[in-house]
Amino acid sequence: MLDGLKGPPVHPVLKLLVQRLALGLLLLLAVSAVIFLGVEALPGDTAQAILGQSATPQALENLRNQLGLNEPALTRYFAWLGGVLTGDLGISLTNGSDIATAIGQRLGNTLFLAGCAAAIAVPLAILLGLVAARYAGRWPDKVISGATLTTISLPEFVAAYFVIYLLTQVIPIFQPVAMVFPGMSFWAKLNAIALPVIVLVLVVLAHMMRMTRAAILNVMQSAYIETAELKGLSPMTMIWRHAFPNAIAPVVSVVMLNLAYLVVGVVVVEVVFSYNALGQYLVDHVTKRDLPVVQAVGLIFAAVYILLNMLADIIGILANPRLRHPK
Amino acid sequence: MRLPLSALIGLTFTSAFVFIAVFAHLIAPYPIDLSVGKVWEGPSAEYWLGTDTIGRDILSRLIYGAQITIFVALAASVLSFSLGAFFGFLAAVKGGWIDQLLSRGVDLMMAIPALIVALVLLSVLPLNLTVLILVIGVLDSTRVFRLSRAVAADIAVMDYVEAAKLRGEGGVWVIFREILPNALSPLVAEFGLRFIFAILFISTLSFLGLGIQPPLADWGGMVKENKDGLIYGKAAALLPAGAIAALAISVNLVADWVLTRTSSLKGGRGG
Repeated sequence: MLDGLKGPPVHPVLKLLVQRLALGLLLLLAVSAVIFLGVEALPGDTAQAILGQSATPQALENLRNQLGLNEPALTRYFAWLGGVLTGDLGISLTNGSDIATAIGQRLGNTLFLAGCAAAIAVPLAILLGLVAARYAGRWPDKVISGATLTTISLPEFVAAYFVIYLLTQVIPIFQPVAMVFPGMSFWAKLNAIALPVIVLVLVVLAHMMRMTRAAILNVMQSAYIETAELKGLSPMTMIWRHAFPNAIAPVVSVVMLNLAYLVVGVVVVEVVFSYNALGQYLVDHVTKRDLPVVQAVGLIFAAVYILLNMLADIIGILANPRLRHPK
Repeated sequence: MRLPLSALIGLTFTSAFVFIAVFAHLIAPYPIDLSVGKVWEGPSAEYWLGTDTIGRDILSRLIYGAQITIFVALAASVLSFSLGAFFGFLAAVKGGWIDQLLSRGVDLMMAIPALIVALVLLSVLPLNLTVLILVIGVLDSTRVFRLSRAVAADIAVMDYVEAAKLRGEGGVWVIFREILPNALSPLVAEFGLRFIFAILFISTLSFLGLGIQPPLADWGGMVKENKDGLIYGKAAALLPAGAIAALAISVNLVADWVLTRTSSLKGGRGG
């Protein structure tokens, strides 16, 4: 506020955006420190984890030297961070392969899965949210809200197995395993991932729809909606022309927040369907206690999550007419 | 006041699950880890819910599974609650740099999805019950922290808190004797939600093979053991999955009722 008095006036939206971007970058840096240094501070010895309990002290010492584990933690953190920024994520402990290459092969599959789920879930959630808001308190609202409340209470893998049983055994129309090969055609790929996509849609749909409904109902209480009602507009026109445009900002941020939630859902769903992608890769290497892989993939998931949250805030700022046109 | 139907259903099922968990040793017809029949037998008079992937009685395992699932979830939510509420109140009462430090720390922890943090931590830590309870409890305490800090910040500016401070009471007195009793009702409803979260979290970890380890069995782990049967039309994996869903939904119904009840008592605040 005081900035306007001294120096040239900066557009408040620009200032907010710069602040939000800076905060996002700071958060990313802090998260990388938590993922690296926080884990280092925990009890546990990487060399011991690789060689097992029966390793001789000499072998342990050699491996520690080879991995650079005797360097101070901060030195190793900055070396790691530098590597991450230049695309070098290090070497996997268990099979000695390059982590960046392995991630590169799988990232596309994860994005494909999450992208398909988002492409279906977002329009569907907004549509259902609109319908529920239109008939608020009546039976379509109660049916939609009741059904979504149930799916909110389910963890992803439970929902997944109910869907698998229903669509492969009771009504056998899908394959229970989602295999995607590099040479597959686009349609074959889509067919292969139909089941995981259905599960992911179910999992995010509920949150997204409920929050859309709440956002629209919130707008519906404004005075201008009453005016529209008194003009004699039909309820659906009223929602579409007057309520929805004003609810776009909250709805978009709801959508973004739920896409961030999709990031977590994708990990479990990939394991359920043995879908060879980033989430499966992460869980595999947690089991094998392969720390460099876990840190690298964990950082990627965290970064996507933070970026989506940041995007939600930025769209919220941009879509707010009061901020765009200050008095 | 009249108990709504949904709350009644929730309370009945929740108490039934707790009863089963407490008296698991008396109720379960077979030991937890004994192969008594053939692989994936259907339900029969002997094995009411059939047998699992290596011929163990599913009903018995479900009953023991209830015990371990509910115990871990309860321990984790009690921990997350004590940690979150204590530090939340502390931040609200003390303010200043303590508040800044705690709040920014929580912001940072909440910037990463809890499952990802848990996976990173569990790749280093040994997998046992204590570690699981600690990881889930600490990760989840961030949400309790935010709620209790907000609630306590409202209460901390009340006259009676001021009076207590003026008569020279210390921070511990103010937190436990002035703020806690008045913040209890919104926190109780939150406890239900945290408990559900802990159930879903431990089940998911066990399903991924990173939670409760054999020979102990929890519901998430049972889904994992029996999932391959689904491809051959054996529905064994759906039973523990259904149990998780039933417990989560019934606790949800109870928490929902407590939430509307406490918020209507306060004139709609917090609703």
